[in-house]
Amino acid sequence: MGIDTVLWSKLVTGMTLGFHAIFATLGVGIPLMISLAEFIGIRKKDLHYILMAKRWSRGFVISVAVGVVTGTAISLQLSLVWPNFMKLAGNVIALPLFMEVFAFFFEAIFLGIYLYTWERFKNPMMHWLLTIPVVIGAGMSAVFITTVNGFMNQPGGFTFEGGQFTAVDPVQAMLSTATFSKVFHVLSSAYLTGAALLAGVAAFAILRKGVSAYHKKALKLMMAVVLLFSLVNTLAGDVSAKFLAEHQPEKLAAAEWHFETEGGADLIFLGWLNAEHEIIGALHLPKFLSFLAFGDFNAEVTGLNEFPIDEQPSLVVHYFFDLMATIGFLFLGISFLYFLFVFWKKRNELNKWILRMIALGAPLAFLGVELGWFYAELGRQPWIIRGYMRVEEAATTSPSVRILFFFFLLLYIVLGTVSVLVLRRIFNNNPAEVEMETWTQRASDKSTLKGEHT
Amino acid sequence: MNYELIGISVLWLFLYGYIIIASIDFGAGFFAFYARLTKQDHVINKLISRYLSPVWEITNVFFVFFYIGIIGFFPETSYYYGSAMLVPGSLAVILLAIRGSFYAFENYGSKNNMVYLFLYGATGVLIPASLSVALTLSEGGFILKQGETASLDYWALLSSPLSWSIVGLAIVSVLFISAAFLAFYASRAEDHAALKLMRTYALFWSTPTIVIALTAFIFLGQHNERHFQNMMDLWWLLALSVAFFMIAMWLLYRGGRYGMAFICIMLQFFSAFFAYGIGQYPYILDPYITIQSSVTSSSMGFALVVAFIGGMCLLVPSLILVFRLFLFDADYVKGNK
Repeated sequence: MGIDTVLWSKLVTGMTLGFHAIFATLGVGIPLMISLAEFIGIRKKDLHYILMAKRWSRGFVISVAVGVVTGTAISLQLSLVWPNFMKLAGNVIALPLFMEVFAFFFEAIFLGIYLYTWERFKNPMMHWLLTIPVVIGAGMSAVFITTVNGFMNQPGGFTFEGGQFTAVDPVQAMLSTATFSKVFHVLSSAYLTGAALLAGVAAFAILRKGVSAYHKKALKLMMAVVLLFSLVNTLAGDVSAKFLAEHQPEKLAAAEWHFETEGGADLIFLGWLNAEHEIIGALHLPKFLSFLAFGDFNAEVTGLNEFPIDEQPSLVVHYFFDLMATIGFLFLGISFLYFLFVFWKKRNELNKWILRMIALGAPLAFLGVELGWFYAELGRQPWIIRGYMRVEEAATTSPSVRILFFFFLLLYIVLGTVSVLVLRRIFNNNPAEVEMETWTQRASDKSTLKGEHT
Repeated sequence: MNYELIGISVLWLFLYGYIIIASIDFGAGFFAFYARLTKQDHVINKLISRYLSPVWEITNVFFVFFYIGIIGFFPETSYYYGSAMLVPGSLAVILLAIRGSFYAFENYGSKNNMVYLFLYGATGVLIPASLSVALTLSEGGFILKQGETASLDYWALLSSPLSWSIVGLAIVSVLFISAAFLAFYASRAEDHAALKLMRTYALFWSTPTIVIALTAFIFLGQHNERHFQNMMDLWWLLALSVAFFMIAMWLLYRGGRYGMAFICIMLQFFSAFFAYGIGQYPYILDPYITIQSSVTSSSMGFALVVAFIGGMCLLVPSLILVFRLFLFDADYVKGNK
């Protein structure tokens, strides 16, 4: 056993999770957008929205495929790379893992039906109904998996005896104090990211090829969702911070570089640390940390120095946290601005600068999700199960993990590249406007054909 | 009945289910590639992609379900198998990843890309080969335990005739099951050219299946006397398996009732697979893990069983819907929809 093996284990898992997070987020977020678009299309009898649902679901399949295979990879890596973790925690977290598989199975079945039955129902609402199990299944997968992460942060629902978890209550373990805020934040950010991506794509298309009815409608619909979920997501972030302040203060303190316990604590934005751990060049928002943590400008916030050195998370999470929060607020700003323009000065919402910001928002949203997850994971360390098992105790002892890191790296490079190529092929060779035209053409051919028969 | 028995029975049943549907899928990959090499791809590849497109994800979930189930009911397995399977398991994951994602990519990419077909065919053979290592490990003698660390004895594994015969059996059964199913699917689609080809493949792979199964059984006797004896005590299950094989052969040879032939093959594997599993009882990993020693707490066992029943109530109707829409909808099978 060596530090080396532990480091490579962390790297291989971090890489897999980082890659999977992109597709998992899409997997949760996009189905809701597809469902919305198809519903509006059927209600308004507007083929543009139906086409949106069709095109998005086509792209979605690619992300689901990569999400499935990387999800399989991460679930197996739990045992392969962290055998001691699973030996200890398997007793407690098996239930949510098990239910996650069911939820995903459910989603996969209905997604399969949805994709292959566009023309098979007489009543289009029947086809729309298929999106509901997909949306619910995707959301529940996220809920179940997030409860496992909640357990790692706030282990509960057992007694610890002789190095083992006994008297396990799996349901209570799922409903740890961390669960609510985490699930809330994961879901809201996934819906926000899904909408931000699709809005970004529409904005990008308008910038490159000029305004078209299809992209304009897509942009407006998605920006409405972005506005809604950036509000919800801000609330979720706030709930998460308040949870951390109460139950996992070292994680919040590390993110805020808050070393001494004090009342009326300042919120520190960016900056850096010198050799004596003094903060330089940061923006101080007076008493805002206390407000963020407890909703009271004078509340006392626990500092990092209350914890033994070897139980403190890495201080780099400060940057992750700050950037994540900044991105969250940016979305609030952009979507607000967009609708301000929509309502105040007609047509100006397609202003070049707004479109550019929205297009840039798509990658930023993913960056935000990644930063959030890296904060969540690194902020918990050195623990893998907070208070019970440290990361280095959990890792495999096999040195092969180093070489496997490179195999997986290669795999993700290939998967990432090919999915980008395939997505380009799907959409670039077949622009929405062209598809709309051939589609309506075909539909009218069909109806004239029918007319001749009768 | 105890949770360990409920757990292992359900899991074994699921593993059996996975082996059948995954074999169909893996073998189809090999046949698609082979047909291309022998310039017969126009005959069967449309049929293959028509069947596989809607179901590939479901196959994958079966696998994850088994894996999560076994670490759920028997958490200790993840420690031993996890430590020992790091390399073969990771390879299987990478291959599964390539295969799974390329399904989706292929839907929109060029269907006749040689690289794609090669990957499709090669992973179809290599995944069962690498996964079958877990079965070999369960026989004992391949995992070294020093203090708290468990590791795989690669030399013992690679030099063991048992492990190679199990790999061989995995590959050959995949091809046999798959060919028989695709023959049935072709007959439903009334695609006579494809049917003729698949029937030939099925007949071709039948004899190697039974020969290698027998070889593996003999090597098992040399490697793990206890397991071998237990299986001999279940001779009637083995005899049943051979009987179903004979019926299936006769049906395939005569032609006509391909659905019945495939069911017989499923029963053939069912009886052999359960003879193997019951013979291994009570071990999950000889000699370290028995189902009694590794079973999870009763509260978790109960929760898992409840979750399982609840999940089945959701899934079975949805699966029936899938089958009615795609597998047994004659118009869809024939390609009219």
